[in-house]
Amino acid sequence: MTLSVSIRADTPIPLDVAFDVAPGELLALVGPSGSGKTTILRSIAGLWTPTTARVSAGGAVWLDTQARVNLPPHRRKVGIVFQSYALFPHMTAAQNVMAAMPAADRVEVERLLALVNLHGLSDRKPAQLSGGEQQRVAVARALARKPDVLLLDEPFSAVDRATREKLHAGIIALRAHLNMPVVLVTHDMNEAQLLADRMLVIDKGRGLRGGTTAQVMADPDALRAMGIREVAALLPAVISGPEEDGLTRLDTATGPLFLPGVQGAPGTRLRVRIMAHEVILSRARPVGLSAQNILPATITALVPGEGPGLMVHLAIGETEILARITRRAAAEMALAPGDTVHAVLKAMSVARDHILAAPSGDRADR
Amino acid sequence: MDWTALFLSLELAAWTVAILLPVSVLAGRFLAVRSFRGKGLAEALVMLPLVLPPTVFGFYMLLAFGRNAPLGAFWQDMFGHQLVFSFEGLVLASVLFNLPFAIQPAQRGFEAIPVALREAASCCGMSPWRALWRVELPLAWPGVMTAMVLTFAHTLGEFGIVLMVGGSIPGETRTIAIAIYDRVQAFDDHSAGIMAASLVAISLATITLTYALSARVGRRLS
Repeated sequence: MTLSVSIRADTPIPLDVAFDVAPGELLALVGPSGSGKTTILRSIAGLWTPTTARVSAGGAVWLDTQARVNLPPHRRKVGIVFQSYALFPHMTAAQNVMAAMPAADRVEVERLLALVNLHGLSDRKPAQLSGGEQQRVAVARALARKPDVLLLDEPFSAVDRATREKLHAGIIALRAHLNMPVVLVTHDMNEAQLLADRMLVIDKGRGLRGGTTAQVMADPDALRAMGIREVAALLPAVISGPEEDGLTRLDTATGPLFLPGVQGAPGTRLRVRIMAHEVILSRARPVGLSAQNILPATITALVPGEGPGLMVHLAIGETEILARITRRAAAEMALAPGDTVHAVLKAMSVARDHILAAPSGDRADR
Repeated sequence: MDWTALFLSLELAAWTVAILLPVSVLAGRFLAVRSFRGKGLAEALVMLPLVLPPTVFGFYMLLAFGRNAPLGAFWQDMFGHQLVFSFEGLVLASVLFNLPFAIQPAQRGFEAIPVALREAASCCGMSPWRALWRVELPLAWPGVMTAMVLTFAHTLGEFGIVLMVGGSIPGETRTIAIAIYDRVQAFDDHSAGIMAASLVAISLATITLTYALSARVGRRLS
């Protein structure tokens, strides 16, 4: 049941994208606001019709402007979580979920609400639920139709940071139950990187670069669209245990990391998002430094940017992380591919929402 | 107390509300949701009876209902009696004259529903009719309710149009408002006073009842 999308339009904003999403795969459409990501999502759902487009899910053609096929939203088997959630205010949580079912099924409603951790709240109206709870009702409602495609339109933007972390974890846990293509629209690179299997960077309506996180992060055009300060890589790590000073020890392929605010049992597999501009490189293993996280790494590539900056690709075990340094520094240190260097990380520079449980099946390498 | 006139007024108001309820929902929703060329003109036409003097409106109704006009002639052929000075003619005039009261509040009610809710309804697999019934009507209900109360109360008290189109035939077109006028003309202030007070009581009761009902609906929704 692959989702195939190809869209061209001139108004209201120029659009030109084409992509496929496999069953069970989560594709993130990433880009600044106004780039057209939400319009793409609305075209898939049938809430908007582009000039020229073809949208099909599995064998079913939902939209084909050439063949004059254009199913209305209620005839496309799509589940959507809106940015505002758009819960029906006069219905309880359970009634909201039931409203999306072809035939009322109390047992299935309770199963879905349990799936999103909302047991016991089924009789509450949306106004009596917190933002995070409303979002989970919206997710349960989107799944109630047994959709062939699940669409998530900035579903984490309306809640505070702490709630967002929990909801991220909720979606990762839910992934095991989703066997349809999932499209996530977000402006948040961190979110896309932590949740998605693949991402497609959208800029001014054009699909700039699609691929795995590592591929997109290595693409200069995509980087320019997203902003260079968003460049980061995911480093797999395993929780070793809490230290006496409150930090948690994580083991990576080439050494330990000591980070604050990490929770989880020893043995839990994590992905730590390391921002390229937060990494310092050193030839010799530094001593007498306040930054205590020092990982040996091998340089795989040096990619100069347009300005004075330079992106260093570093292999740490099987994965690659990125370090953004100046060309001047690279020249002074005479860095070259194949060299071994030490990547220095400040513990406090890894924000708590940059650490997530690795999805089942470990997609940490993507 | 002219009971026949009172019941005639209530009957006229009931018919008007019954006919205008679906019109209110469908036209109100249409104007709230759709944008089309000439929408401003359509809205102006709906509002026109509100600003026209009842005599002007009634005059055109008289012309349209007459035997020489297509509508009047058609009615005469179909039902064997003329539309002017009949209860049916009164209902028709009342329906047209109440269009602004019936449509405007309903339109506001539908306009207050966020677009995302309608979109969510269709993305939940609801057909447009199902979405109207399950999502939009429950949310726009206070507006529709207000529209029907206004229509009912306004029909009870309407005088000018009834006089122009219906005259004052007892049991056919003499409504309570006309009866009060007749009594005053006959210097029967006592009867006029009783009927006027009754009309005040009925109107007040209607409006109080509906406000109470819509407050209950409002509590249910929030």
